[in-house]
Order: sequence, then C-alpha cells, then structure tokens
Amino acid sequence: MARNIGEVLLNVEGISISFGGVKALDGVSFDVKEHEILAIIGPNGAGKSSMLNCINGFYHPQEGMITFKGKPRHHMLTHEAAKQGIARTFQNIALFKGMSTLDNIMTGRNLKMKKNLLWQALYFGPALTEELEHRTKVEEIIDFLEIEAIRKTPVGKLPYGLQKRVELGRALAAEPDLLLLDEPMAGMNHEEKEDMCRYILDVNDEFGTTIVLIEHDMSVVMDISDRVVVLDYGRKIATGTPDEVRANQDVIDAYLGVSHD
Amino acid sequence: MTDGMPDFSSLDTFPKLLRENVRVRADKPANREKDYGIWLSWTWAQVADEIRALACGMADIGVQRGDKVAICGDNRPHLYWSMTAAQTLGAVPVPVYQDSVSEEMRYIYDHAEIKFAIVENQEQVDKLLEIKDTLPHLKHIIYHFPRGMRHYDQPFLDLMADVQDRGRAFDADNPGFHETAVDQATGSDIAIMLYTSGTTGRPKGVMLSFDNLIITGRNGAIRENLTEDEGMLAYLPMAWIGDNIFSVAQSYVTGFCVSCPESSETVLEDIREIGPTYFFAPPRIYESLLTTVMIRIEDAAKIKQRLFHYFMGVARRVGMDILDDKEVAFADRFRYWLGNILIYAPLKNVLGLSKVRVGYTAGEAIGPDIFTFYRSLGLNLKQMYASTEASVFITIHPDGDVRPETSGTPAIDVEVKVADDGEVMFRSPGVFQAYFKNEEATRETKTEDGWVHTGDAGYLDSDGHLHIIDRSKDVGKLNDGTMFAPKFIENKLKFFPHIKEAVTFGDNRGYVAAFINIDLESVGNWAERRNMAYMGYTDLAGQDAVYDLISDCVAQVNRDLATDEKLHGSQIHRFLILHKELDADDGELTRTRKVRRAPIAEKYADLINALYSDADHCPIEAEVTFEDGRTDIINADLKIREAARITSARAEAAE
Repeated sequence: MARNIGEVLLNVEGISISFGGVKALDGVSFDVKEHEILAIIGPNGAGKSSMLNCINGFYHPQEGMITFKGKPRHHMLTHEAAKQGIARTFQNIALFKGMSTLDNIMTGRNLKMKKNLLWQALYFGPALTEELEHRTKVEEIIDFLEIEAIRKTPVGKLPYGLQKRVELGRALAAEPDLLLLDEPMAGMNHEEKEDMCRYILDVNDEFGTTIVLIEHDMSVVMDISDRVVVLDYGRKIATGTPDEVRANQDVIDAYLGVSHD
Repeated sequence: MTDGMPDFSSLDTFPKLLRENVRVRADKPANREKDYGIWLSWTWAQVADEIRALACGMADIGVQRGDKVAICGDNRPHLYWSMTAAQTLGAVPVPVYQDSVSEEMRYIYDHAEIKFAIVENQEQVDKLLEIKDTLPHLKHIIYHFPRGMRHYDQPFLDLMADVQDRGRAFDADNPGFHETAVDQATGSDIAIMLYTSGTTGRPKGVMLSFDNLIITGRNGAIRENLTEDEGMLAYLPMAWIGDNIFSVAQSYVTGFCVSCPESSETVLEDIREIGPTYFFAPPRIYESLLTTVMIRIEDAAKIKQRLFHYFMGVARRVGMDILDDKEVAFADRFRYWLGNILIYAPLKNVLGLSKVRVGYTAGEAIGPDIFTFYRSLGLNLKQMYASTEASVFITIHPDGDVRPETSGTPAIDVEVKVADDGEVMFRSPGVFQAYFKNEEATRETKTEDGWVHTGDAGYLDSDGHLHIIDRSKDVGKLNDGTMFAPKFIENKLKFFPHIKEAVTFGDNRGYVAAFINIDLESVGNWAERRNMAYMGYTDLAGQDAVYDLISDCVAQVNRDLATDEKLHGSQIHRFLILHKELDADDGELTRTRKVRRAPIAEKYADLINALYSDADHCPIEAEVTFEDGRTDIINADLKIREAARITSARAEAAE
C-alpha cells in the first residue's frame, strides 16, 4: 500500500463519561495515526457514538485527556474541533432537507469563509472572488463523489444512500485532517455499500485524510480498516488489526455472548 | 452548395478538414464540455493543437499507419480528438461501446486486432486489464482521467496529457512530420471501423472510408441547411454510426460546435443548458420525456391540467398543419398562438427543445401519438431510416411532407429499391467498404454493383415514401397461414406508456403470444396514485391490478389488428408480464436496445411453452447479471392471461 501511516494524530487517554448512573465510557484509551482508517466496533450501547461525540467536543468527558495534533485538552470544544480539522457525519442524516446538494456542501465551507457579513451581503467584490474559490472546491467534491446529476436537487427528495453521500461531501468540504464517520453504511443496500467503501478508501488515498468510523457491517470493517478498536459496555476490550481482532476470544464472547455456567 | 461550405475535392479527410476549419474559423468554438459545473470551450485552433500534440505523441509511442486504435468511454472532447489524431497517422479508430462487459470487449479487441486503446477512465482501464492477457495484439493503453489511477504502474499505461507532452517534444524534433502525415491520407482510405451490435450472432466490423462519412455528412447538411451556427449535444455512444456523422463528420464539414455532457446522468439538464438546434434522439428518449411530462401534469393543479389538455387539443388539431405551412383558419391560428405563449413554448423550454430546428429520430419505430405530440408543439421532428452500412442516411422525412407512418423519402444521392421478395435495398456514396475479415458476410450483404441488402421488409408508396414493416427474417406465418410481423405488433404494444418492451411469438405456432415488460416509472406512478404498495419491479409486475391494466392495452392492440384484413388473425391470444426487465447485460437486448429474439427464446423456453399450453401460471428461475459482472438467481411465479380478442363479423357468420 502506497500511503504511509504516520505519527499519532489523535490520542485519547482514559476517557470516562457517565450519564446519571450509566457509565457510557469507562477509561477508554487508544490512538489514531495519520492517514490510517480506524474502525470502532461493538454491540449496541457499547459507547461508540459517545466516543465520537467526545472526540469532536459534543460531549465533555468527566475524566481523561484528548490530544489532537500534539495539543492535550481535557475536552474538545465543537467549534475548535472543526477549526482544527475534524469533520464528521451523523448516524441519522443531518442535512438541510430543503436546500440543494450544492448548497448543503457549500455550508461545509462556512468555516473557511473569511469575508464578513457586510461583504457577503454586497455579493460583488472580494466576497464574490471568495465565493468562486469555494464553489470550485465544492465542484471538485461533487465530481469526486459523482453526484453531478443531483447538484440542484433538494436533498430531501433524494434516496437515502445518496443523502449519505451528500453528507460525506459536506464533511469533505471542510478539508478535514480527521474525518469521523458514524455508521456511514447503515440502511444501505449491497451496491450502495460498495460505492461508499470505494469513496472512503479514495478519500483516504487521494487526500490522505485520517478516518475513524463506526460500522456494524463486519465485512466492511474487516475489508477497509487498518486497525479496529472494540468497545463493550463502555470499556475497550480489544484493539489490533482486523485479523487479530477477529481471533480475539473476548471479542467473540462480546458478540456471540457466553454461557454463564 | 450551402454557404460557407468549402470545396471538398482536396479536403477529403478529417485531418485536412480540421486544417481548413482552423483557416476559416480559428476562433469559433469547436467543442464544449461541462466540467466541475462549468461549460469549458475549445476553439478550432485549440482543438487542432490538442489533436496535433496527441497525434505526435501517439507516433512517438509507436502507432503506425493501418494500426487499429480502440476508443472507449463516454462522449468526451478528448476522445473525439483521439479519433482524429489516430486518423492523422493513418491508423483506424475503432470506437467501442463504453458499457460493454469485458467479454464483449474481448471479442472486438481480438477480432479487430487492436494494438492501442484510448480510454476514458479507471473503469475502462480495469476492464481492459482483466482481459489483457488474452489479447496478444494489445500493446499500449492511454487513459484520459487520472482519478484513481495513482497506484497503476504498468509500463504500458499512459496518461493522455503525458502522451501529448511527449507529442509536443516529438513535434519540435521532427518538423514537417505532422504536415506530411496529414497530406498522406486520401478520401478512399478507411476512416473508421464500427462494430454493429448485431441482433443475431457476433458483431461485424463495418469499415467506412473518409469519402463515405464526409460525402454523406455533407449531403445531410445540405438537405437540412446546417450552418456553422448549429448547436448540438453529443450524448449518444461514440461507437454508434449516427454519432460519427452528426457529431464528427457534419461538425467538421460545416464547422458547428459539438458539446459533450457532464455525465451520462446529467444529459437532460445539459440539453436544457445548451439548447441544441440540431438534435437526435432514439424514440425511447422522446417517449421518456413525454412520460415525465404526463406524470407531472397528472400531479398538477386542476386548472393547469385543464389548460394543458385544452391547448394540447388545439395543437393536435392544427399544430402539424401550421408546422407544414398548410392553410389553417384564423381563429385556430390565434388559439395556437395563445397556446404557444401559455403552454407550448414553456413546455419546450423545460425540455430544452426551444431552439431545435431539426430533430431526428431513428433506430426503432416511434409511436404515432408521440411523434404527433412533438410535431404539434411546433418541433420539426423527423423520422429517418438509417444503417451503419449506409453511413446513416437512407431515407428522411422531407420538410413539409412528414407522415408519421413512413420513414420518408431517399436522402440526397441515395437510391432505394424493393427487391422481388420485399426486401429493401439501397445504393449510395455512404455504402460501406467491407466487413473486416468477413468476406462472406460482405458478399451476402453488398452486391457487385453496390446495392446493399438491409434485411428489412418494406415498400415504397406512390409518393416515394418508404414504409418499413419488419426485419424480413422475422416475418413469419402462423399455422393457418396468417402473416406474422412480430415487431409490428410489439411496436403497437410499446406505444402504450405503460409498456416498455414486448416480445411476441407466433411463427409456426397456432396463435400469437407475448412477453411484456412494464415501464417501472409509468406503472409505478399509476400504482402510487392508487395507493398500491409494491416493493420493486418484480413485485409490481406480478400484481393482478397491473395485469388488468396491461390487459386493456393488449385488448386495444387486438382491436387495431382486427381492422386489418391481413393481420386480423395475428391478434394476441395469451400474454405474461416478465419478472425482470430485459437487459443488454443479460444478452437479451443489443447495446442499442433492440430485442434479441433467439437468446430470449432459448432462455425463456419454459415460459414460451407455458404460453402455448393451458397453464395459467409458470414458475421461473432466472439468472441476472449485475453491473460488476456477478450473477444472482431470481425466483418468480408468473401469471399468464388470456387477452380479449375481436372475432370478425365474417368469422361469426360462418359459425
């Protein structure tokens, strides 16, 4: 494989968070290296989405440290995470349904817009130049994801699989260093899943983007990820390459259940 | 001679015509392509530079006079340039259908002894790599789009832009090489080789000379008064002869600009943006445009529906006459004028057909309803009768005398006759040179004195219009001796928007029976409005209500057939709705979507037997091929229906 797995980009250390009496995460530690694809798996309620929410600052963990690009923090702040180059997609699609595909992806450029509201309201002048630059970038993403035909379609009218692709497009528009994907393939048919896999691998390969993804489809996870982290009841029970994880007895137990006798 | 057309005696190849276009209209746009959401354009001078660089680069790689160069991909300016670049070197471009699966490609590459391939993208490269080991002739592959190709390090793979860079260096080192190469070719050289899709057997390589293409293209341009100001969108496969005449030959001859769509899915959008003046589409495109319009009208508010239907009534009554410059009462002219403001013009604008001066359709028969719909809107739609072996034009509807039921009168310089056995034959400057490596087929098709057998049964009427009935070899007889013209009946069925495809059987049988494919979009919409739940094509096709719907269509066809004395006996007795759509990937249709009878008859033998038994249903297990080449099995239990038939008064009296 041509891409070089680099230094540690993100390190989480002893992350714990509880909601009332429920311990969603209990001292979870792992790291993500540059240019790698890391999958987080685990049964329902294992704390996978909570982990992503901690990484991009949506949740503030009660214990632990998050080190991103060498800067340690007790917790992330959402706007800071975005500015630092973390983008994500959601388990339940969170797009603006009434807006076109183009406009939705354009919103992903929001952080990169430098001109103030007044200039933007005037439209002409520097804001127009800037708008054109962003539009060019958005068109590159549209081309990359092969969604030219739905450029002007309101996303609410699109089938589910395409909406997922638009959401990925919006995340890419921020030109992230770290991309968090929460179940990118949930509810997709076989063909749509294959397409999505190809896009994820291409993003990783062409742009060198580091990817952390949560996925239930084990064949997908085992095919595309470099390393896998397994959570169960808020605890990390295994980590390693797909083959190592597949052979791990704790993981097998967690997924298949063990008889208590 | 149309103004602006140069003297052709010395301009007998495309590279020479290109040079002429640079001389006459260097700064006029020659090609447009939508990329990253923006229409880019290249002038004739720029196009000539690109082609020159590519030709020199190909020479540097080792392309020789007479080599066959495959071209494969969607319509892209760069691929059109590749064809001219190959022709500059005296090599023969062989465009290949871009949606062919590997096995189909393998046959053509092997048969044509392709040495070089110029393809669009990673998808096409992958298909070639899969079969490359079985192709000893194939030496080099050039691709246009670099996306996804980063990890391909095979030495025989080259990016087109790199080849062009090499070409520029080669050009600088070898001054005069390019000019000499351009001057070397003449009109009688083979310009291109096209593989006909072939409803039977293996595809055949049709060799066409520069003269074939250029003279035919020019004659077509003269007949329709084409000028350098036409706009046209090249969206039909480059491997199809029509595209080579409309988007290449006629563009080079008259100097008009050819635009390429952004992707195959955006064609309808792109048509709207380009607003072509010269437009070609097979009947199914006109059909699907009309279906979309009708579906949207049914969802529109009542007042809009009334307006639409009222003015469409006016258009149906007088629109065709107004277009043909016939006498029409003032009141009707006024109504039509009003309708044009309120309905026709906006509708044409939505379809992107506002500017169309000449619209062609060919390939299959177009339904008279569809045809008159467009003509009554004021769109100059014409049918033509075309073939690869004729470099397209055989007959076309003349202006002012367009009749939906005919294929028009012979094109310029084309002679048409009907042989004693009813087969249509033609002779023209566009007649192909020969089939590649297939002298036997050439002899069977082309006579000593240049007449070509079309294989179609038809007749010329007293006004010189050609009527096509069916493929000669498909016309058969029922057991009682009644003539059976399958395509004739199938077309009648397909004219219903609910029916997408039909296959009829009856030769050497007791009665006519039919397979039907419903149109998912149209029937789906119909079902939705009735709140019927369905899960997909197979489910919808099996529902009783859908059978009732199709039953009515079949009964209507039978009523039509009953009025014709000769065809009265060929009414459809039994039919079934297929559980899957007929598909080119399963070998059931040709790449141009014509029904392949023999493979269908073989594959669905059980179903045919059931149609000719008393059974009212038949189980089926069918293999389907996915786009990536994997296969799967679909199980279904198909219902068989009896169709309502008309018994003639005469037959009843006899009983």
